[in-house]
Amino acid sequence: MTAKKKRRLAFAAALVAVGAVLAVIVVYGLGQNTMYFRSPTDIAEAKIAPGVSFRLGGLVQQGSVAHGKGADVRFSITDGKSSVPVTFSGVLPALFREGQGVVTTGALNQTGTFIANEVLAKHDEKYMPPEVVDSLKRSGRWKDSGV
Amino acid sequence: MTGELGQLAVCFALALSLVMAGAGLLGARADQAAARSIANGAAMGMLVFVALAFGVLTYAFVVSDFSIALVANHSHTSKPLIYKISGVWGNHEGSMLLWVLVLAIYAALVAGLQRGGERLTSASLGVQGLLAAAFFLFLLFTSNPFGRLDPAPFEGAGLTPLLQDIGLAIHPPMLYAGYVGLSASFAYAAAALMVGEEGWTRAARPFMLIAWIALTCGMALGSWWAYYELGWGGFWFWDPVENASLMPWLIATALLHSALATEKSGAFRTWTLLLAIGGFSMSLIGTFLVRSGLTSSVHAFASDPTRGFFIMILIALAIGGALALFAWRAPTLKGGAAFEPVSRETTLLLNNVFLIASCACVFVGTLYPLVLEAFNGTKISVGPPYYALTFAPIFFALLLLVPLGPRLGWKRGDLKAAWRSLYPALGLAVIAAVTVLAIITPRSVVAAMAFAVAGWLIGASILDLRRRKGARASAFAAALAHAGLGVTLLGVTGTTAWRSEALTVMAPGETIVVGPYTLRFDGVTEVTGPNYVADRGHIALMDGGKVKAMLRPEQRFYTAEGQSVSDTAIRTTGLRDLYLALGDNRGGGRYAVRVYVSPLAPLIWLGALVMALGGMLSLGGRLRAGARAPVAEAVAAE
Repeated sequence: MTAKKKRRLAFAAALVAVGAVLAVIVVYGLGQNTMYFRSPTDIAEAKIAPGVSFRLGGLVQQGSVAHGKGADVRFSITDGKSSVPVTFSGVLPALFREGQGVVTTGALNQTGTFIANEVLAKHDEKYMPPEVVDSLKRSGRWKDSGV
Repeated sequence: MTGELGQLAVCFALALSLVMAGAGLLGARADQAAARSIANGAAMGMLVFVALAFGVLTYAFVVSDFSIALVANHSHTSKPLIYKISGVWGNHEGSMLLWVLVLAIYAALVAGLQRGGERLTSASLGVQGLLAAAFFLFLLFTSNPFGRLDPAPFEGAGLTPLLQDIGLAIHPPMLYAGYVGLSASFAYAAAALMVGEEGWTRAARPFMLIAWIALTCGMALGSWWAYYELGWGGFWFWDPVENASLMPWLIATALLHSALATEKSGAFRTWTLLLAIGGFSMSLIGTFLVRSGLTSSVHAFASDPTRGFFIMILIALAIGGALALFAWRAPTLKGGAAFEPVSRETTLLLNNVFLIASCACVFVGTLYPLVLEAFNGTKISVGPPYYALTFAPIFFALLLLVPLGPRLGWKRGDLKAAWRSLYPALGLAVIAAVTVLAIITPRSVVAAMAFAVAGWLIGASILDLRRRKGARASAFAAALAHAGLGVTLLGVTGTTAWRSEALTVMAPGETIVVGPYTLRFDGVTEVTGPNYVADRGHIALMDGGKVKAMLRPEQRFYTAEGQSVSDTAIRTTGLRDLYLALGDNRGGGRYAVRVYVSPLAPLIWLGALVMALGGMLSLGGRLRAGARAPVAEAVAAE
């Protein structure tokens, strides 16, 4: 082998090694840190273990919002078919209100209440998160004229 | 009438872009001097017509001409003038017009500056003409900004209030200057493949620098905006749209370093060509991510599948065409020059490996959810922990290497001498780490390590600045840019490790202590702005029994748009931010209040500014050298 060929071979080997390490890191990282989006109906149908983080989205159920002491708040998220009780401690987004689409992040506790550590509502009255639109469509409660 | 004038101008610009493409590519042949002058003229003409179209649209926004659908859908008579103007690009169609305007400006610069040989310039103009033509077609067929409404409505629908902000008014033009700036390096690289010219990196360098500076500033502006406008106290959310600007930045940074090696020592010749193609590809993919509406984000104005499809075809043609050209022509070019394992080239190679790897992590994290959803409908999201696990360590490793590079010679370096000259920087790193561990609570080993790296970077840069005082501008510029990285790292570490926050519901007269601050809530009053009504919180910063300052965070409701946004109140000492956001009304005069104390937060953006200054210094040196002398002399001068 000429010196040039040797250099090329070493370079190719290094490249493969770097690529392999990178692939391992990325695959491991994705495996550990992806969060699924679930609708209230998904939760009613499938058993989801307490403590597993996921994103829960839907509409804030009419008449369900109750403020506790301090910054605590309870409400339910519904997709028209099923609903899930949610508790959250913190500042709600400005356009959080009953009937509005929201996406929350958190996990279920032992009694089936969703403990949210983040509540997102878009800053737009007309806006509906696409995931929520999809889940409303699946539960048959979506009207194209808007909700 | 004005709307039709704008549309006509776009059509003329399209025609000129086709002329520029044909004449430019023909002019790549040595005996076609006439074609070259036609291409140059077409570049100038195209700029005139695009500028005319852009001017017409801007005028329509300023005078609120609601007979143009775009203006009716995105503007309102009650908006302040500045947001009427920024409304031009605060929507899909207008922002694509801005995109082609920037493209035309770069083409005119390439034609006007005539850097590199005339065949190289001509071929670059040809490639830019092809790109421009594709984007004009996109504009006319899927995103016409000049569509009419009949009858014209009496009032417009307004602009998303989140975009009614000075930071977001200048963020898109800045980002586009970066995205599209990479089209110039892309065009030069493709042209170099066609005419077989090696000196293209020197010709394209100012454009790489401009693109990199603009991307740096654009990203910093975007992150600063997210910080003070979203009211969550964070500065980077790993949102797909943020990633869409980070990826081109990472590749552009790799390109700047690799092109330097190509220019100075002839190394990485083919690799640099590939990076120039890759950089602009990332810009196109970023545009696709933002414009196709595939991601839900504040930036996703429109979700129109035909647009996404069109951009996807455009990406496939541009990237595929360039890579095909690369595969065909690259083997005929001279390969990269050899170098010793211990040399500046090796550090630049590692720089590229780390930058590409970190970009790959961001790429996968951004696109994986889209791909998964396309395949089986599963909706997932990839959050910050993924990036902390993948991107962060790779980038950390890169930062460790940074001080070494400039201390090693081209071709063959002296590692021992380089290492020895870095002892003071090493000392600073150790002091920084020990100080952090000893003094600051909560104690954080990761933060101490990050401080050590920042000390290492800043220390080495100070050594560079001292050692090379009065010497070459390029070394000074590099030192400045690297120091900026260190400063940003300090800011990121400070806010991440030691931010304290309080989320509470406060009644008037109540006080709260957050970190070193005592705050008293004095209630809320209602105020009326030009196009919004707001709840304005009055919060007193106390010092002993006295009021030291009043902070007034607001919750604004924009009546025309029916949307509400928070306006945070930030009091900064330069080294620490006190950050207040007003939350929801809990009845009886009680309001939710969000307080963050973010140590070192301002350094995040200060560091970006220092980096950009380094870039500008280098750019200035380049342009002076270019103006002063023919190529050979400029090489000798550096």
